[in-house]
Order: sequence, then structure tokens, then C-alpha cells
Amino acid sequence: MIKKTDVIIIGAGPVGLFAIFELGLLNISCHVIDNLDKLGGQCAELYPEKPIYDIPSRVSISGQELINDLLAQAKPFKPVYHLSQQVKKIEKLESNEWLVETSLNITIQAKCIVIAAGAGSFVPRRIPIKDIDSLEDKNILYAVRNKSILEGKDILIVGGGDSALDWTNELSKISNVTLMHRRKEFKAAPDSLSKMHKLEKHKKIYFLLGQIQNIEALNNGKIKVITKNNEETKNFEVDYLLPFFGLKMELGPIANWGLNLDQNLIKVDTEKFETSVPSIFAIGDINTYPGKLKLILSGFHEAALMAQECFKYCFPDKKNIFRYTTSSKELQKKLTST
Amino acid sequence: MKITVTDRDGNKQILEGDSNSTLMEIIRDDGIDIEAACGGCCACATCHVYVDNKWLNKIDPKDDDEESMLDQAFDVRINSRLSCQINLSDELDGLELELAPE
Repeated sequence: MIKKTDVIIIGAGPVGLFAIFELGLLNISCHVIDNLDKLGGQCAELYPEKPIYDIPSRVSISGQELINDLLAQAKPFKPVYHLSQQVKKIEKLESNEWLVETSLNITIQAKCIVIAAGAGSFVPRRIPIKDIDSLEDKNILYAVRNKSILEGKDILIVGGGDSALDWTNELSKISNVTLMHRRKEFKAAPDSLSKMHKLEKHKKIYFLLGQIQNIEALNNGKIKVITKNNEETKNFEVDYLLPFFGLKMELGPIANWGLNLDQNLIKVDTEKFETSVPSIFAIGDINTYPGKLKLILSGFHEAALMAQECFKYCFPDKKNIFRYTTSSKELQKKLTST
Repeated sequence: MKITVTDRDGNKQILEGDSNSTLMEIIRDDGIDIEAACGGCCACATCHVYVDNKWLNKIDPKDDDEESMLDQAFDVRINSRLSCQINLSDELDGLELELAPE
């Protein structure tokens, strides 16, 4: 079933969330899509605890607090969020509207698309070794989609965070797991850590110190992982390597939408923040224009101007009367209704 | 103050440093390919560099935050640092470093 809305916002970071508010003031409804499993983008994923000092009127606010407040501010406009999915495909319809399909096969129809994707979508960080592309998704898995293929296999898990430990503990039930990390200390939930230590003590898993040096394909379908700890080299012959080195950001499929780009940033004008494709807008860190500053506050400004232009696409026959939230009874009613 | 950066192709570049900046800011603003995704708040590991050994003891040591973030980096060595966590000062004039793989 195709869902219908006025505007699709790609990216649920601070700027995408504020865009809901600015569009909402103009009676424009939104659906928001994000690749992460939570709202808030970098603020929530990378620095939830870190203080931000340059949000107007907030002397100091943490990344997560900012997101919580932006969510509360957007709430009266009843946005629909679609998390843990990426926009896979966009298609222009005869009606000049857009049809957007996500990686979880949700289809949404809208009059405008607003790209507020920051530095792109978060994807697992790949191992920077040349010529291992052919092994990725085959022997090297950055995410586990189907646990059953790992049953009874020899697996090397690498990393020192929650993902590495959670998968070590989980896969210890069905596979021969070795966990490798560059040091003894982990940055993970204490529960998972003590569970891992227990499994190691009972020889259900093996833990060793080291780092990946190289990876070679073997004729038997397995791979040889060459590892090093200080000067000591060790080779592992395994079916699967699961490296967990955190997330990084990539522009992803947006790069193929025919938008004018400049070094992976989307070019926009500074009046409407529209891209080279009419009715597709780009706001926040993902756009570029002369004088661009990558600040959250710049993204907020861009969202307000973008909304003015979206109004014309959404309500071509209506006049947009500029109103202040301090004086408009209609806006106040909307903002205070629960 | 001068800083010598060796990029991932082995090319050396001499940058003009500034004692009010972090090492990452100087590298990034000179257009060298360093990602520094989080903008310098020690929340990613994409400004990973190898500091020349003879400079190691002149730089403030890593804190726990930086050590943990280095878990997300590849090929971490004894002289691995996140360049956003190195505050430049006049004592670091002549600093030499190499960009880590990415």
C-alpha cells in the first residue's frame, strides 16, 4: 500500500526534526526516514552526552537533550517516522509527485523531498585493506542478517564495543567463536563483558589480543586472517570474519539521483535551498553553497526558508500568509493541542 | 610553527600550524583528505594519525575517551593518536606525523 504525505524528509537529525516543525506551521505534513534505529542522527548516535554551546538561547545543551526538545517541538504536527531503513529509490510520477521506496519496501508518495541527511547515512566501517571487496558480504560480514548461515562455522569476531561482545556471546551458542581486540579493556555494557569472560573461562569462546593485518582468500572457501599483537603474528583460517569497528557515514544512493553535487555535498540556492532537481530540497550539513557553515543553527534557518518554497508545491492555489507564532491564534491552537 | 604531514600515498606536505588549533583542524583546513566526521569531539576515529616517535613524549598523553575511540580505528600502533585531541603549542613546532589508513 502506498502511503501519502506532503513532504518526505530524509534524515532524522536535528535539522530534519526542525524541518517537521517549520513545515507543520504551514500545514504541511511529513514522513521522516532514517537509516539508524533511533531518532536524532549524529547528535544521538555520536555525541548524546557531549555539550553543544552554540544553539541560540541554550547556554549548554547535550546532543540528546537537543533531540528530545526538537521531538517535543515537532510532536503537535504528528510526523510519521520510518526508522532502520534507507531510501532505496525515488521516482517522479506523471502528477509531478515523488514515489519513494525504502530498503524495508515501504512506499511513500509526496509532493516534495527534503534531504536532511547530514554527512550521509550511518553504515558499518569497512576494513581498509585493498582487494578484499570480493570477500565482503561473503566471508567478511559487517552485520549479521541471517544467523543460521553461521551455525557450526569457525568465526573470528573483531572489536571492543557492544556489537562485538553481543555477537560473541550470541554466536557462542551455535558457532566456534574467537574474539579479538587490540587491548584488554572493552567499551561495552558491563553485563555483556562479564558474560564474555565467563564464556572464555569455560572455553566456550577464545579471546586474544591483536589486530587484523591482512586477509587472503583460500581455495577451500575459507579465508586466512593474518593478525598481529605487538610483534607476534598469528594466522587464522576461518569461515567468517565479523569486524565491528563502529559506524561511518556515506552519501549512499543519494549520489545517484541526478542532483548537482560538489565533493559529495548537494548544491542548493540560498533562497529556497532547492537542489538542481525541482521539488527536491537539501538542508543542513549535506548541502553546500557559497559561505556555507556546517552548524545546526544554519540548518534551522535553511529549514524555515525551504518550508516557504515547499508550500508552493503543496498548495499551488493557496496564498501563504506569513504569521508569527506569538500572534497567530491558529498557530497557537495547533501548537498547544495534544 | 610548521607541521609535516605524510599522506596515505607517502607525499609529504608542510603545513603552517597555529597554537590555538588542534592538529586535526590544521590538517582538515589545508584540504588534506582527513574525514574527521564528528567535527573534533572525540566521537569517531576518522582523524587517526601516527605521530613520529620522537614527538610522542612532547604531546599530552591520551585520555580514556581517546583510547576507547581508537578501538574503532584500524592498525592502531603505539604512536596512534586522534588528531582532534592534540592541541598545538609552540613546543610542537616541527611536529611530524603520518595519516593512518582509511
